[in-house]
Amino acid sequence: MNLLVCISKTPETTAKISFIEDNSKFNTEGVQYIMNPYDEWYALVRAIELKEKHGGKVIAMNVGPASNDIIIRKALAIGADEAVRVDAEPDSSMFVAKQIANYAQENAIDIVFCGKETIDYNGSEVASITAEMLDLPFVSYASKMEFDGTTATIERDIEGGVEVVQVEKPFVLSASKGLAEQRIPNMKGIMMAKRKPLNVVEAVGHDSKSKLLSYTMPQGKQEVKMIDPENMDELVRLLHEEAKVI
Amino acid sequence: MSVLIFAEAKNGNYKKNAFEAVYYGSQLASAIGTEAFVFTIGDGANAADLGKYGASKIWFNNAQAKTDSQVVSAMVAQAAEKAEATHVVLSNSALGKAVAGRIAVKLDASLVSGANALPIGNTVTKGVFSGKAIASFEMSGDKHVISLMGNSLKPVETGSSGIPEAIELDIPQTKLKVIETKTVDGVVPLPEAELVVSAGRGMKGPENWGIIEDLANVLGATTACSRPVADTGWRPHHEHVGQTGVAIRPNLYIAAGISGAIQHLAGVNSSKTIVVINKDPEAPFFKAADYGVLGDLFDVVPRLTEAIKKFKA
Repeated sequence: MNLLVCISKTPETTAKISFIEDNSKFNTEGVQYIMNPYDEWYALVRAIELKEKHGGKVIAMNVGPASNDIIIRKALAIGADEAVRVDAEPDSSMFVAKQIANYAQENAIDIVFCGKETIDYNGSEVASITAEMLDLPFVSYASKMEFDGTTATIERDIEGGVEVVQVEKPFVLSASKGLAEQRIPNMKGIMMAKRKPLNVVEAVGHDSKSKLLSYTMPQGKQEVKMIDPENMDELVRLLHEEAKVI
Repeated sequence: MSVLIFAEAKNGNYKKNAFEAVYYGSQLASAIGTEAFVFTIGDGANAADLGKYGASKIWFNNAQAKTDSQVVSAMVAQAAEKAEATHVVLSNSALGKAVAGRIAVKLDASLVSGANALPIGNTVTKGVFSGKAIASFEMSGDKHVISLMGNSLKPVETGSSGIPEAIELDIPQTKLKVIETKTVDGVVPLPEAELVVSAGRGMKGPENWGIIEDLANVLGATTACSRPVADTGWRPHHEHVGQTGVAIRPNLYIAAGISGAIQHLAGVNSSKTIVVINKDPEAPFFKAADYGVLGDLFDVVPRLTEAIKKFKA
């Protein structure tokens, strides 16, 4: 069984967000990058667990430049068997999905795992687009998954609750919190990761129709107004008259 | 030409996110000088009201599989083709996120998900980096799919009720079998809530949540919690707001006994107004708040509940 896990690189949560070149580019200076948490903690780990139970292999896939190899090696250290990096600077989720779909098609992938969204662009787009390009069922926001080798029973998050669905492989899944428990790579894993294959392949062409033009920062918050804890009538008055939210 | 809006029904009813999508789509249609058509999945029984937000036609199809992205995207794409739509508008909800990308591929359209305002020309904006910045996207080509972030604009009634019309569509066989749907009844789900009362570790234990529920009840708010509270099982997982939980943008977010770790802020900092109640003057959340109350939440929260009761009376 071939399990493909899509991993992306995102700025670490506490990274300072600023922009350069007329606000057209994200300022990467001094920014620490990490593997997107939804990809690492939930999608990757659940795929490894399935492999441990049912056999097969876990392939970690990233679309990006050579500087991403560090997070790809981490995925190998956690337990992916091999990795593939599409050597490109992705300019849209359509471009990324095209690379994933192309690879999945050529390598008889049974399940494509993605995180539910990246923590930088929060788009939740790649998995849905990939599923469509592959003409496969898609289970989004999976928070629990049982699998018998053919059929998966999956709980997925919906507004105010969960929906339980069944689907046969092949399919595409996006992972949310709960799908697995985070694994920290151990020394053996880190050593082994150095010897596991990381294949670098060329991108297939794609004409992106949505292009990022520029960034702006939202208006800064005004200084917090402190309210006397004895005087909650004043807070209610401000929420009604000033903030106009009640 | 037209704008095709996919209005999502929940158990046959339409809620705020559907009205917002219809209103956004109809505003967009008038800006580009065309008509707004609505498509919805269901028996059409409650769909007439969608017309009030500016749609000139309401189409429905009562397909069995209402949450399978493969089926829903096929239906929406066909409706868009039937309407000769240049734009498809939908909510950035759980279902909207699952289908938006698929629809864009089917229509060979550009895609912007989570838009926070109407497009200006071919440019549309959305929040990125968990609300810490806004990005402008240029959409090229002749078809566009836009999903709308909840609570981005206030739907206004601009038209009158329409007469829903059934339409025939070529519906693919579903490959997803829905076994069960478990939702909490009678509560506005967090992503749609305008008012949210949230609490954290400062509550000391799950048995103390009564004061939070009382405050939520008088306000008509939905309750939420921080990650440690959900992780220890004090509150259900679906109440967890923050980076790894639900990201929300209500009009009012009241946080009691939450220190305001950056991962928590990432999920709530797009809220319009934030009230922080904490006894620790160093709590980082005060820096992100509009109104702060420095005090013991076990005194302050019941006092606030009383003050709101008085105000509502």
